[in-house]
Amino acid sequence: MAHAYTPGLKVTSRMTYQVVRMLPIKGEVNVKVGDTVEADKIVAATYMPGDVYPLNMANLLAVPPKDVASLMLHKEGEKVEEGEPLAQTAGIFGKFKKIYKSPYSGTVETISGVTGQVILRGPDIPVEVKAYMSGKVIDVNPEVGCTIENDAAFIQGIFGIGGETFGTIKIAVDSPDQTLTGEDLSQDMRGCVVVGGARMTDESIETARKYGVAAIVSGGMDDQDLRDFLGYDLGVAITGSENKGITVVLTEGFGDIAMATRTFELFKTFEGHEASVNGATQIRAGVMRPEIIIPLAPGSTEAEPEHSGGFLELGKPLRIIRDPYFGMIGIVKALPSDPHVLDSGSKARVLEVELSTGVAVIVPRANVELIEA
Amino acid sequence: MTIDLDNINVILATDCGSTTTKAILIEKVDGTYRQTYRGEAPTTVEKPFANVTIGVTNSVTEVAELAGRRLTNDDGTILKPAKDGDGCDLYISTSSAGGGLQMMVAGVIAEMTAASAKRAALGAGAIVMDVISTNDKRRPHEQIQRIRELRPDMILISGGTDGGTTEKVVQLAELIAPAKPQPRFGSEYEMPIIYAGNKDASDEVEKSLDEDWIDLAIVENLRPKLEQENLGPARDKIHDVFLEHVMAHAPGYDMLMDWTDADIMPTPGAVGDILQTIAKKDGINVVGVDIGGATTDVFSVFNKTFNRTVSANLGMSYSISNVCAEATMPNVLRWVHFDMDERQLRNRVKNKMIRPTTIPQSLESLIFEQAVAREALRLAYIQHKEFATTLKGVQQQRTVGDTFSQKASGTTIVDNMKLNLLVASGGVLSHAPSMNQTAMMLVDAFEPEGCTNLAKDSIFMMPHLGVLSAVHPEAASQVFERDCLIYLGTCIAAKGVGKTGKPCFAWSLNGDVTTSGTCNFGDLELITMGPEQRATITCEPAKGFDLGAGAGKNVSHEVRGGTVGLIIDGRGRPLCLPEDRQECQQTISTWVENMALYENQRQDEEMQEAVATA
Repeated sequence: MAHAYTPGLKVTSRMTYQVVRMLPIKGEVNVKVGDTVEADKIVAATYMPGDVYPLNMANLLAVPPKDVASLMLHKEGEKVEEGEPLAQTAGIFGKFKKIYKSPYSGTVETISGVTGQVILRGPDIPVEVKAYMSGKVIDVNPEVGCTIENDAAFIQGIFGIGGETFGTIKIAVDSPDQTLTGEDLSQDMRGCVVVGGARMTDESIETARKYGVAAIVSGGMDDQDLRDFLGYDLGVAITGSENKGITVVLTEGFGDIAMATRTFELFKTFEGHEASVNGATQIRAGVMRPEIIIPLAPGSTEAEPEHSGGFLELGKPLRIIRDPYFGMIGIVKALPSDPHVLDSGSKARVLEVELSTGVAVIVPRANVELIEA
Repeated sequence: MTIDLDNINVILATDCGSTTTKAILIEKVDGTYRQTYRGEAPTTVEKPFANVTIGVTNSVTEVAELAGRRLTNDDGTILKPAKDGDGCDLYISTSSAGGGLQMMVAGVIAEMTAASAKRAALGAGAIVMDVISTNDKRRPHEQIQRIRELRPDMILISGGTDGGTTEKVVQLAELIAPAKPQPRFGSEYEMPIIYAGNKDASDEVEKSLDEDWIDLAIVENLRPKLEQENLGPARDKIHDVFLEHVMAHAPGYDMLMDWTDADIMPTPGAVGDILQTIAKKDGINVVGVDIGGATTDVFSVFNKTFNRTVSANLGMSYSISNVCAEATMPNVLRWVHFDMDERQLRNRVKNKMIRPTTIPQSLESLIFEQAVAREALRLAYIQHKEFATTLKGVQQQRTVGDTFSQKASGTTIVDNMKLNLLVASGGVLSHAPSMNQTAMMLVDAFEPEGCTNLAKDSIFMMPHLGVLSAVHPEAASQVFERDCLIYLGTCIAAKGVGKTGKPCFAWSLNGDVTTSGTCNFGDLELITMGPEQRATITCEPAKGFDLGAGAGKNVSHEVRGGTVGLIIDGRGRPLCLPEDRQECQQTISTWVENMALYENQRQDEEMQEAVATA
């Protein structure tokens, strides 16, 4: 077989991009089809049922469970304020009554005659969904959410930390192989999406956080720095809900690895543009990668086909994604069809890669990803 | 449906995994059932296909092409019955696509009814997302919050022995009703809840869970008495609900259910069934392990009691970083017999996590990955031993003779000395370049004692055979014995600890292979013994060492050879490695050499040169 499909990350200077914005439960959608929205516009909102507080009233009042209902001062469905009497015992001859004051504000949801348990439901929790990407509303799902569409440059990262954010793109380094340090950052980068080159140091992340940078994007980082940043060793790549005050995106991987030239050049082209960034990563069935979306004015350039993998063909540029050649760039030199015995002793289908140094090496097909020159 | 077992000559079985659908063909050859052909294709439950039967048809088509036998009709359905060299007589399937069956369980006491409920769910092949109990140290509102966050496919509630507490059980139901967990199949899905607790509390539980989004089923109590578990009815109900609700919501499964001649089973449930069938047939104790990218499943049958655990975040790709975090890097590196840069290794581990499909190219990389596998398996087995226990909470009747016995209820039933067969499956074990490597990963991680047969699942067909064992036990058993298992050999290991270099046990082998020797403490030796060879080994342990008959007592075992041979292990149990890094490297180097672990590999000088140049 001369062709083998190889995955790659999506990087494109123009594509039509859609984001679906949905509420976790039904609510109100604040936009209509045809509306133009900014990234920070609240497009849908609702209220989640409040937190639940079970109270073992039979124990609290020292009465049998079946008596609890008759001693409640607020019945099922009634509201009660924090500190307000919620239940009261009959006392002895009408005296020495024991009053239990509600520890929370909320609504009495159920009163159980079997367990003597009272369920109090706290006030509703507001939930708001922002547009995230500026664009046009093209579809509304009543009470659920909407779809926003725009032309955008799109860069898919390999790994990220932190959730959705947006800001202006600022390039902090001169070349894609330059390490991003704290000295490359400045206070005027507050609220920006800062782009580095190769590895971002722990000091650069700390400085960025101190300056209020919205997101920081670079080629790689050391796992040790990630552990210092998070405060724990990340076991499974399911991220996005960290609350670290900054979103971090790696475009290539862990270690001292340069950002792909094409990705870096794309960022440079759009320096000063607004970008929406999401660090959420989920590497399981239904993989989710971090993303940087740069909304564009309509029709300024022709849409180009996206590059998100494809077939290995002679001459195609690629990156090796596993040691011993991790991070090296080269082109497909040959695609032998027979399996090859690797140095590990395993048999696998391989390809011959001509590295940028001119040296040719044999690599398993599973260990490369296609890139654009 | 009645199946005429006498007229079944061709059986087709598929296993729809999360990423790959595997099909096998079993045919009657000279009166014996044999697995003949195998095919695979990507699973098609996700968009753009969103129909599992497409992947099934593709994998079956591959089998058909290899077998030269038409197995599907023009519309893609399975061609039945077998006639004129085409079609099959029986079609069966298992499934773990879409993340398998995800459950939440609840019980009154964590160590008693909740543990029994967890056993029932795991035994049915589920992934248990959380266990809620009245003594799990979380406050009620925290428990409710947790239930709200989870998105289970179904919930199992147990609690109270029959005639025991009703209040605590109803309290559990009262937590679940207001939490209203959101099923992952969308808001239209009715959440199946199975109640298998105190029968006296059934009516009250029913009242508490009387909501339009709940589909409640009540079955027999899974712990009717403290000293008795009755997991069968709950397991059966879980299986029914899995078919009626979960499968029905997975794309294309309604079609697949029409195609199959027996109910579709969750994959791990089927693996558990085949291991139980074999343990019962041969009267042996078995441990099986399946190590995947994200999870590791361990199955055991000891004294006819079956247990299964899923270590959710111990795996070789998606979860590799978690293995290193849980085991710690020094524990992983103790299995590596040369120096490695820890900073670089940490980056490599994370790169494997974010690009899980890559494979080790260099020998160094392979050795490191196998070191991680040893730790993942070791941790998974520890979790399994902690879970597979005698029933907790049972009152002990002690006699004068038990005065000095420290046995309590809730002790593990996993006894490595009584383990007869250890079966390996999963990528890192099945695809290791040499079977010696597979055998040593098993021995180092599981630390079998006495005499233990080692085997591996040749092409991961245990799920297929599990579902087949429910329909046609004879066919399943024949294929399991002849084609499924590859016997690696036997491990003879002494329990006990001594001084390195001092005698551990003397042994003599008589039979197809005749030889003898002395094994000193710390020694590891490999005796060549082919798959068809059998012999009797007689061991004379030194004082303090046990090989099955008690400390210091002579013992004989019948041993079988295999693709690896006979492993004479005098490293002691528990297996302790030197704490000093240099000393540890030397020890491991000796073992690597004695076991010929990496003999066929070569360090490619060209490769190193290329790296240096680049």
